[in-house]
Amino acid sequence: MSIEARFRIDRDDFTLDVDLTIPERGVTALFGPSGCGKTTLLRAIAGLEASQNGYLKVGDEIWQDEQKNLLPHQRPIGYVFQEPSLFAHLNVQRNLEYGLKRLRGVTPKVSLKHAVELLGIGHLLERKPHQLSGGEQQRVAIARALAVSPAMLLMDEPLAALDMIRKHEILPYLESLHRELDIPVLYVSHSREEVARLGDNLVLLEAGRVQAMGTVSELFSRLDLALAHGPETETVIKAVVAGYDEEFELSYLDFSGGRFAVAGKRLPLGSAARLQILARDISLTLEHQTKTSILNIFPATVDEMTYEGTAQITVKIKIGSVAVLVRITRKSASELGLQLGQAVYAQVKSVALLS
Amino acid sequence: MFTEYDLAALWITLKLAVITTLILLLIGTPLAWWLARSRWRYKFLFEAVVALPLVLPPTVLGFYLLIALGPHGPIGGLMETLGGSPLAFTFTGLVIGSVFYSMPFVVQPLQGAFTAIGERPLEVAATLGASPIDRFFSVAVPLARPGFLTATVLGFAHTLGEFGVVLMIGGNIPGVTQVLSIAIYDHVEALEYTQAHWISGSLLLLSFLLLMSVYALNRRFSVVKP
Repeated sequence: MSIEARFRIDRDDFTLDVDLTIPERGVTALFGPSGCGKTTLLRAIAGLEASQNGYLKVGDEIWQDEQKNLLPHQRPIGYVFQEPSLFAHLNVQRNLEYGLKRLRGVTPKVSLKHAVELLGIGHLLERKPHQLSGGEQQRVAIARALAVSPAMLLMDEPLAALDMIRKHEILPYLESLHRELDIPVLYVSHSREEVARLGDNLVLLEAGRVQAMGTVSELFSRLDLALAHGPETETVIKAVVAGYDEEFELSYLDFSGGRFAVAGKRLPLGSAARLQILARDISLTLEHQTKTSILNIFPATVDEMTYEGTAQITVKIKIGSVAVLVRITRKSASELGLQLGQAVYAQVKSVALLS
Repeated sequence: MFTEYDLAALWITLKLAVITTLILLLIGTPLAWWLARSRWRYKFLFEAVVALPLVLPPTVLGFYLLIALGPHGPIGGLMETLGGSPLAFTFTGLVIGSVFYSMPFVVQPLQGAFTAIGERPLEVAATLGASPIDRFFSVAVPLARPGFLTATVLGFAHTLGEFGVVLMIGGNIPGVTQVLSIAIYDHVEALEYTQAHWISGSLLLLSFLLLMSVYALNRRFSVVKP
């Protein structure tokens, strides 16, 4: 089961030409600089943007091909726009019910109550949109899109119009959506942070074309892509909560290359989590250091190296089968005599537990 | 106070204004919607035609309508062949003239209100499963409410005050096509200033009250909007 999409849209100054298969599970981030066509692609999937010879198949159902082209209101989607776009003439409750009333015989998978709880908007139902903060409005808009039990949730930079504080107010709700609902999500973003926190799969768009597709972990660690370069280079690792140390308040998280000890929030045993490690927070040694404050040390091999400017090097190492990016100085690399295939130890100074 | 003829003229004036406003809302709403949303490149032609009565002397409009609606005109002629009578100097003729004459006062506020809504709320409604007709009634109309209020009152008030068109195609027949504005003229001609005062004062007050209500209500609506 997957979503197949082929679109070609010609504009005066821009052409979108994509052919992609999106897994029908989890969150797929459409990522790229502004003007790369990610919003246009999302709108084409929703039917809001006309395209010649478009093709869209969701699971077993054709939504668009040469014979057939479902209009936007006939496509079972939920769409969250960049600005909250609540109906100004309706209160929150009636905004939420707008789509629900138009379901016509479909039994909702997500109850309105559940959507309201997930987004924490139970206390706002009687209010009018102008009485809500930007963050609250966007939460209502997300709940409204969820309440129609869409076959697919399309989100167009839902956090972009909000300030930092509001963003961090909504992110946990988006993470819980992801955990609790079995709806594929297409998430347009130009923020690495959001992609790292929310994305499972990643479609990189560049000037209207697909540059690369894969899992977030995979693409974040590919040295041939721009993602791997720049000051915020990071690796995202999927892990499972394996235990908790009451005495030192540390969580243990297992991934295919070993086990991390991470301070921070306690998550239920066995739940999936993602770890984020900045490339500059890892150092490499040739011997296993024992007298050190660093808790997370893993044996690894050097897989690839590339210059980052003239003074630094980005090293891709493999811990087991997991690729991790490390940023070190050219001098360090030279002193360690790093070579491809060499065995090293990766000392991870800091890990962020994302969910 | 008012004479019998004045009351008849008042009644005809109000009936004309109500019927004209209703007809204009019926045909003006889809026209305004189309003008607000169409991307057709020659749409400006229609916008110019709708706006013509704003600048044209009412007598010009009245003159052409008189010719069209009269027995030798295309519309009047058509009516005669169909077994009816020409529309000049009838109440129906007045209604047709008023509809043209007050058209911009209804279409322009509506077009402005529909344009101000923008594409977004309609797209949101579409993604929530609303068909085009459904979107129009459940989103566009409620959001354009201040525009509808302005259009209704301006259309009504402007029809109350029309003179030139009515004079040309109505013919000032007491009890049939004589409206207040012409009754005032007749009274002044006959030097009946008291009567003219009564009617003029009433029209002034009525128009002021109507417009005042619109502006007051629309101010309340705009406070409600984000």
